[in-house]
Amino acid sequence: MGAAGENYINCAKGLKSWLITLDHKRIAILYVISVLTFFFVGGIAALGIRLELFSPGPDVMNADTYNQFMTFHGAIMVFMVIIPGIPAIFGNFFLPIMIGAKDVAFPRLNLLSWYLLMFGAIVSISSLLFNGVDTGWTFYTPYSIKGSAGVINMTLGAFIMGMSSVLTGLNFIVTIHKLRCPGMTMKNIPLFVWALYSTAIIQVLATPVLGITLLLLVAERVMGIGIFDPALGGDPVLYQHFFWFYSHPAVYIMILPAMGVISELITTYSKKTIFGYTAIAYSSLAIAAVSFFVWGHHMFVSGQSEVAGIVFSFLTMLVGVPTAIKTFNWVATMYKGSVTLKSSMLFAMGFIFVFTIGGVTGIMLATAGMDVHFHDTYFVVAHFHYVMVGGTLFALMGAIYHWYPKMYGYMYNELLAKLSFVFIFIGFNVTFFPQFILGANGMPRRYFDYIPEYTELNRISTMGSWLIAIGFVIGLVTIIQGFIRKEKAPANPWGSKTLEWTIQSPPTHHNFESTPSVSGGPYEYR
Amino acid sequence: MLWSSFAQASTFMPPQATKVAESVDNLYIFLLVISLIASVLVIAAMIYFVFKYRRKTDNDKTAYITHNVTAEFLWSFIPLVLFMVCFAWGWKVYHEIRTAPEDSYEIYVRGYKWGWDFEYSNGLVSPAELYVPVGKPVKLLMTSSDVIHSFFIPSFRIKQDVVPGRYSSLWFEVEKPGVYQVFCTEYCGTSHSGMLAKVHAVSEEEFDAFLSGKALEALSPVELGAKLYKTRNCNTCHSIDGSKIIGPTFMNSFGMQREFTDGSTAVVDENYLRESILNAQKKIVKGYPPSMPPYQGVLSDEDVKALIAYIKSLKE
Repeated sequence: MGAAGENYINCAKGLKSWLITLDHKRIAILYVISVLTFFFVGGIAALGIRLELFSPGPDVMNADTYNQFMTFHGAIMVFMVIIPGIPAIFGNFFLPIMIGAKDVAFPRLNLLSWYLLMFGAIVSISSLLFNGVDTGWTFYTPYSIKGSAGVINMTLGAFIMGMSSVLTGLNFIVTIHKLRCPGMTMKNIPLFVWALYSTAIIQVLATPVLGITLLLLVAERVMGIGIFDPALGGDPVLYQHFFWFYSHPAVYIMILPAMGVISELITTYSKKTIFGYTAIAYSSLAIAAVSFFVWGHHMFVSGQSEVAGIVFSFLTMLVGVPTAIKTFNWVATMYKGSVTLKSSMLFAMGFIFVFTIGGVTGIMLATAGMDVHFHDTYFVVAHFHYVMVGGTLFALMGAIYHWYPKMYGYMYNELLAKLSFVFIFIGFNVTFFPQFILGANGMPRRYFDYIPEYTELNRISTMGSWLIAIGFVIGLVTIIQGFIRKEKAPANPWGSKTLEWTIQSPPTHHNFESTPSVSGGPYEYR
Repeated sequence: MLWSSFAQASTFMPPQATKVAESVDNLYIFLLVISLIASVLVIAAMIYFVFKYRRKTDNDKTAYITHNVTAEFLWSFIPLVLFMVCFAWGWKVYHEIRTAPEDSYEIYVRGYKWGWDFEYSNGLVSPAELYVPVGKPVKLLMTSSDVIHSFFIPSFRIKQDVVPGRYSSLWFEVEKPGVYQVFCTEYCGTSHSGMLAKVHAVSEEEFDAFLSGKALEALSPVELGAKLYKTRNCNTCHSIDGSKIIGPTFMNSFGMQREFTDGSTAVVDENYLRESILNAQKKIVKGYPPSMPPYQGVLSDEDVKALIAYIKSLKE
């Protein structure tokens, strides 16, 4: 054991000690820095998009630049922020601690995952140098075969980042199966770990399909092998099947860890055991399983057969059930609890608020006859931002505040944190709610220009984006101010019951003084 | 019907112009109402619990409730039933959207970067203006000559991807005469948002007059050029007021000296314009992106002549 006051941050010094670290906690910090940086870049692109849409016609950029902004915003936010976000940061840091382990099963692989993400990100972003990619993050064929040469870099980058995702998933699965401490049965692991487990299964099984698809795309572009391009005898719609076979499960890679975070936050700040532990745990698995069979709901108007459309509509409805169960369970957990409105709890409630709206609009979109009108309009844009931003990003913000004392050993200014919530929550709804109406009115997505009827709602939406930006800046200030203020955090400031709160803040290099053992569930608030 | 009057009153949808649109809107209202009820219940319960079960002291004891089989069964089963109703209703409407009546009047549609051509059985090709008779089912047989596009008419609540190398179809029967907006809803590059068209739903007589081509013949070259400027979507990249959109403006362009990316120069005359319209990539004006697609084989000699006449007329 080290000297008193020693922790994982100060136990070794120098940049090199960070870049070659095998400590899961330090790797998590590497992810914090990189993901926040990517988030900043993707956010700037988003603000640019909204600024351009402030009025019809060109305002601040031309159509080609807009299309590149739109592509970069999507690709960066999906592949570099939302997919790695919660699992790579908080999964890495807390999964081993929550199950009473010293580290993940394969620490070297863990570090490799980070380097792969960085390498993939650099390759992707370098595509800007070779004519900006303007295909959208979906790289639909044949457009992506004929357009800018940057597509090759962008897809290769996504392929490499996919490998990072597979390795992280594999690492988590093995860690959860093999490294649980005595008494930590699968019935006793926290729900965040269950969520990570379900996510990891999807990552390992679905990501290779994306890798293969993107490689086929590169093969077609570079070698002229006809796979997707009708001019070469290929089928462009086949690409959509391949792409969504990955990308739909990927949506759950993005949201499941967020759901796990919400389970932790709601129990802690309601001081109450989770309602329906088994139901929440199994609903994560159910979502992961069904998510593989719903990809065709992205293709109701692509030219797939009517029967296929109907079957995919039916299967998609089934995903709604476990999702609804989770939401009801969270609300039921608050019943007869002792609720305190800390900033993390505000984000958790914000999550339930926007995720419910995202969920019911998801059912609207799953309804085949309805989706024909909504498909590829702003209604879809609003829906997935309600799920991805309102869902995943709200959970991410909640997680940042919830685990901040544990990760860095300091407390932050609660008032500032709440202020960031107010701006982000209001700004988010002001930005994206009008987009539902725009979409119902028929405004298609990925439009650089629009007919004058849509001006007002677009203006409101753009102004909302400024509020969100202010909210995130306040969030950043809160984080930095916490470091400067240096108010020491106790081991368990929130009165939480999971294992990470039993050890010192910040944890020592080996997490636990001696191997812990548990005898009950993770939410024993009695 | 109560449902449809509800649907009419909803301001969030464009005006209905077909029976199918009415079916879609009835479904929409149903979805909207159950979504609202569900969201309000969940959110209200959450907010109520926050106030009701506010933390009083740090040592509050809370009830230890792990689960409740009845509640959990109910909130799994009721959503499932509702989802199945959505599914079945959606199926019915989807079937209606996808099944064209046997006696539909067929029109060929060609999507290209960035515009729409409508070809009638007598060989008449109408760019960007789709004339259809009111009260008759019309079936569009659509294909694309480059990348995937999607044909979307909000007032009809229908859309269908237009894919190169195969035909897809879309049908509708317009009930009210009028002009309806068409959008491209599959991202297709620079002028994706400018790839617009209009559906003109007209009476049988007007439609016959249109088919016999009278509407077009009466135009002078400059008038035809001005029409093509809009229907061929020249206007999405070239302004006529001197401003820069994507390509050079047409205003005062005739007779101007142009400098190209390879350093050469030329004066804008009839032959330069002809070459630039048919194959723009041959000479790219300095400071502008090479994004204009070729119009060789798309525009007739007559069309090119008319466009040149129109550009010449744009002088201050």
